[in-house]
Amino acid sequence: MAHITLPEGLPGITGPLAFRPETAKPLRALAELLLRGPNTLSSADREIIATYTSSQNDCHFCQTSHGAAAAHHLGNPSELDANFVLIAQIKRDFESAPISSKLKALLNIAGHVQQGGKRVTTEDIARARREGATDTEIHDTVLIAAAFCMYNRYVDGLATWAPEEQEAYIPMGARMAHEGYVAGPAPNSAARPEAVTV
Amino acid sequence: MPHIPLPENAPGPRGPMLFRPEVIPPLSELAEILMRGPSTLTLAERELIGTFVSARNDCRYCQTIHGAVAAHYLGATEEQENLVQQIKRDPSNAPISAKLKALLNIAGQVQQGGKLVTGEDIAQARRHGASDLEIHDTVLIAANFCMMNRYVDGLATWTPDDPDFYRERAAALAEHGYRGSSSRK
Repeated sequence: MAHITLPEGLPGITGPLAFRPETAKPLRALAELLLRGPNTLSSADREIIATYTSSQNDCHFCQTSHGAAAAHHLGNPSELDANFVLIAQIKRDFESAPISSKLKALLNIAGHVQQGGKRVTTEDIARARREGATDTEIHDTVLIAAAFCMYNRYVDGLATWAPEEQEAYIPMGARMAHEGYVAGPAPNSAARPEAVTV
Repeated sequence: MPHIPLPENAPGPRGPMLFRPEVIPPLSELAEILMRGPSTLTLAERELIGTFVSARNDCRYCQTIHGAVAAHYLGATEEQENLVQQIKRDPSNAPISAKLKALLNIAGQVQQGGKLVTGEDIAQARRHGASDLEIHDTVLIAANFCMMNRYVDGLATWTPDDPDFYRERAAALAEHGYRGSSSRK
């Protein structure tokens, strides 16, 4: 049960977002900008950074929903199972996963941000540059990882409800990937309990 | 030196926010609502929560500027500055309300990780009069500072040393708020 009385039937962050619409607006806008805004990093790469950070923070709702969004960004629905396998591998050990050296270097930075900002070293940055990351891509990686250290704590710090099984997150991930984070359900509306989430 | 080239003379998060102006509206709007919007928590209480979390995250810029803003709201005397230091060090023995102590306890748990907040932490805050909205905002303020502290230190942004810099900037933030950060030096 959640620590405070939240609107019923809304999973993860959507409960507290509906509880406090004033803060929901910038929280949704930030996710939309960072994960779906114009960027030289693909949305799949950005969702993978978010998923990995959420996994390191042990946030079930965020790592599963953003993992599903990443899987949808990575390819057509027939490839979904393979994409979920890849996401699980990245969460377990990204260095040995079949992804670009650049994404590995960015995930290394994100992992250090998750532990604490001061853990990011000049060598972490140099490695990302060697693999072709730009200053803006490094900036965005740091801010995506930092933002998920916020969202994860918001979701778990209020003990929000979330579905356990991955199947529940497949349609949710599709909406996050294709419709985005801004046009959510009306506050307190449980009509689409799985609707657009962060 | 920052990890990426940032605009000069822009301390803390201002450097990266000016580097990437698209992030200014959501980040400054969130700070403005949480720290200065209508709330039953006082301005000083909210700044103290932000200061305490930043201290626990060892973020020198954020704990110094928000500590200075809190001291400004409390009266801007040396005594108030000392109180802020005492709260950072040991809130349970500081001369503050039992309710604020309970909210700082929740914020400290959020800083370590969301799952560390227990039913007993929440019950304690309720016993001392905290509402659901105050508990929500405490969790989100603490979480927000876990983001901003990492943004500031993860890019190794510029952190001035002069205490007067923070006193002056705190007075400006108290007057103009966080939305003005796109246009103000």
